[in-house]
Amino acid sequence: MRYLHIENARLIDPSQNLDQVTDVYVAEGRIHAIGHKPASGGIEHSIDASGLLLVPGLIDLGAHLAEPGFTHKGSIASETRAACASGFTHVCALPDTKPVADSPAVIQLIQEKAAKAGFAKVLPLGALTQGLAGEQLASMFSLREAGCVALSNARAPFKDSYVLRRVMEYAATYDIPVFLNPDDAALSDGGCMHEGPTATRLGLTGIPQTAETIALAQMLLLVEQTGVRAHISQISCARSVRMLAQAREQGIRVSADTPLANLIYTDEAVTGYNSQFNVQPPLRSESDRQALLAAVNAGELAISSNHRPHEVAAKKAPFADAEPGMSIFDGFLPLALQLVERGELELSAFIRATSALPAQVLGQNQSLSEGNWFNAVLINPDAEQSFRRSTLLSKGRNSPVAGKTLKGAVNAVFIDGRKVFG
Amino acid sequence: MTTDPSQVQLTADGRLKHFLTTEGLSRELLTEILDTADSFISTQERDVKKVPLLRGKTVVNLFFENSTRTRSTFELAAKRLSADILNLDIAKSATAKGETLMDTLWNLEAMYSDMFVVRHADSGAAHFIAEHVTPNVAIINAGDGRHAHPTQAMLDMLTIRRHQGSIEGKIVAIVGDILHSRVARSQIHALRTLGAAEIRVIGPGTLLPRDIEALGCKAYYRMEDGLKDCDVIIMLRLQKERMQNALLPSEGEFFKLYGLTEEKLTYAKPDAIVMHPGPINRGVEIESNVADGPQSVILNQVSYGIAVRMAVMAMAMSGQQQERNELAEQNSEQSDVHNNEPGQEEA
Repeated sequence: MRYLHIENARLIDPSQNLDQVTDVYVAEGRIHAIGHKPASGGIEHSIDASGLLLVPGLIDLGAHLAEPGFTHKGSIASETRAACASGFTHVCALPDTKPVADSPAVIQLIQEKAAKAGFAKVLPLGALTQGLAGEQLASMFSLREAGCVALSNARAPFKDSYVLRRVMEYAATYDIPVFLNPDDAALSDGGCMHEGPTATRLGLTGIPQTAETIALAQMLLLVEQTGVRAHISQISCARSVRMLAQAREQGIRVSADTPLANLIYTDEAVTGYNSQFNVQPPLRSESDRQALLAAVNAGELAISSNHRPHEVAAKKAPFADAEPGMSIFDGFLPLALQLVERGELELSAFIRATSALPAQVLGQNQSLSEGNWFNAVLINPDAEQSFRRSTLLSKGRNSPVAGKTLKGAVNAVFIDGRKVFG
Repeated sequence: MTTDPSQVQLTADGRLKHFLTTEGLSRELLTEILDTADSFISTQERDVKKVPLLRGKTVVNLFFENSTRTRSTFELAAKRLSADILNLDIAKSATAKGETLMDTLWNLEAMYSDMFVVRHADSGAAHFIAEHVTPNVAIINAGDGRHAHPTQAMLDMLTIRRHQGSIEGKIVAIVGDILHSRVARSQIHALRTLGAAEIRVIGPGTLLPRDIEALGCKAYYRMEDGLKDCDVIIMLRLQKERMQNALLPSEGEFFKLYGLTEEKLTYAKPDAIVMHPGPINRGVEIESNVADGPQSVILNQVSYGIAVRMAVMAMAMSGQQQERNELAEQNSEQSDVHNNEPGQEEA
């Protein structure tokens, strides 16, 4: 047996409480040994990883890959490559494509494109309702058979609580996990940013926190009633964090994530009408940001990318008319490491929130232990990256890091033992 | 890099080159606008009303939202400054053909326009145009969404100054639909900067935006409390659609609670002045006896509107011209030098 030998890496895997400088030996896609050289076999290739971090591959619980239907914004190939640049090995693709990912044919198309591209693996999220219209159930069983890891309605609303109940009941029947974005459409209608002093000053229509918390309360009660395996996607409010903790205390099995942007920015970023910060869920107050950071540091909350690429024109409009979303894959890792450097986010908490927690949600095992598939990323935490709009890997031009120089770069990404990036 | 709206409108040395918002402008600059407007009021009373400050310049009235009154005062102001003026009713023309906002503006810029007077339903629209679309055309904000209506606010400041002597130390109440009011927001910023003693907003909870007090005013629900000791009462127009959006039960109930009557007027100081940006809904936000009464200065506001618009148009054109001249000088100095540095990318 011939080994890939990664030498002198600082291996950090919070799922095993590991943080040590060591050697890793990989063969046939799997980790054969950590720390000691296997008794038999030779080294095929060695990587000197001195000064580099070796961490489990990042898993994204929600990204818009723009394909099919919006290839002027991005493609599965361009976006999964950009995801690799921040260390993602797996990306859950949201179903709000055109056509909507509500049939096995669309899922198959996505899988084929992703396999051909060969970058981060795409884990399709099928639609919960036909056309995401929130009225009729999508063929959930067939979608799971086609390879969907979970089903979601993205941020599209359900017609009423009756439909939501039936969606959950049906999914629970076949133990299909559902991803739910809490948003009461009637309360967020017309809003384009967090309802608060900045929205009042700018004269922009706000989205109140209750748009999220009221929908969340309804979802939690129905999760309890139906027993569905539920994950709450992209929360933005402090109150949601508390409600989730209370629900878990009462024995409701529910996980959640927050977009990275909500850990970095607040509603004040909108001052000056910078349409870059028109995102959904909206950037909220500083106390919301702090509560989300605390939940991530406590290991209760996963971090998703909420990556959403756009062409220049989509953002070149008065704030409320600009299309919501941020292209964050290129800058995801350095932006997160900036939070680590500022002391707001613990490095191990960041790694847990982007690998072990999402893996748990998806029923996978992403830990770097002997016998496991080698899904991992080598990170140079000190390397500086200068981001220019013209050289971003994502096709999206709405990146918060364009024009910035930030510390932290991916050295290599391995999927099932194969180097796919770097 | 997108910057603070208040800074986009200034030249490097702090002069006005666009007029987008009253927020963030210095007391000196706001006072300069008022003083300039004052000087125009005297020219307006003459037989020959024109002054040559904008002679040879082209001003385009770009109204993406209909407003006959505001558009007319801008048109008159431009004509009295000797500018050529073009009125474009965008709501009915270009955008109906699917032309984007940017394309419309770039076409007009290509016709060598010097100034755009812009009204748009989106908050931040004027700022967006000044920063991203046509930065070398002077932009005058004639109302953007709920954000700002700075010329209206400045004519209100002029009215207060002329009828109450000064703004400093005065108690001013703004009554009604604060939530949807760009006028109220612009007034609050201007009043704060110009030293009003107290700024109050009065209305039901549904019409007061969240965290409004963060702008530096105090919120009241009852007229009796809010009007107490006021020097100035500004009534806002109530749109009929507020009833359909479950913000108010009826015009009748609104009038009962917030409509300015002779009785409610007695809560304020005896010499308080009554203002309204127009057009008035008689019997909804104000009763006729008050609107036409001795304390009302509503028609004076309209007259001052032209002078204030002349003032900001003249000032912004002059700042814009100064910047253009400086740019032309720089370009001629650098014409021999090859400048290969890549442009700064924006986030």
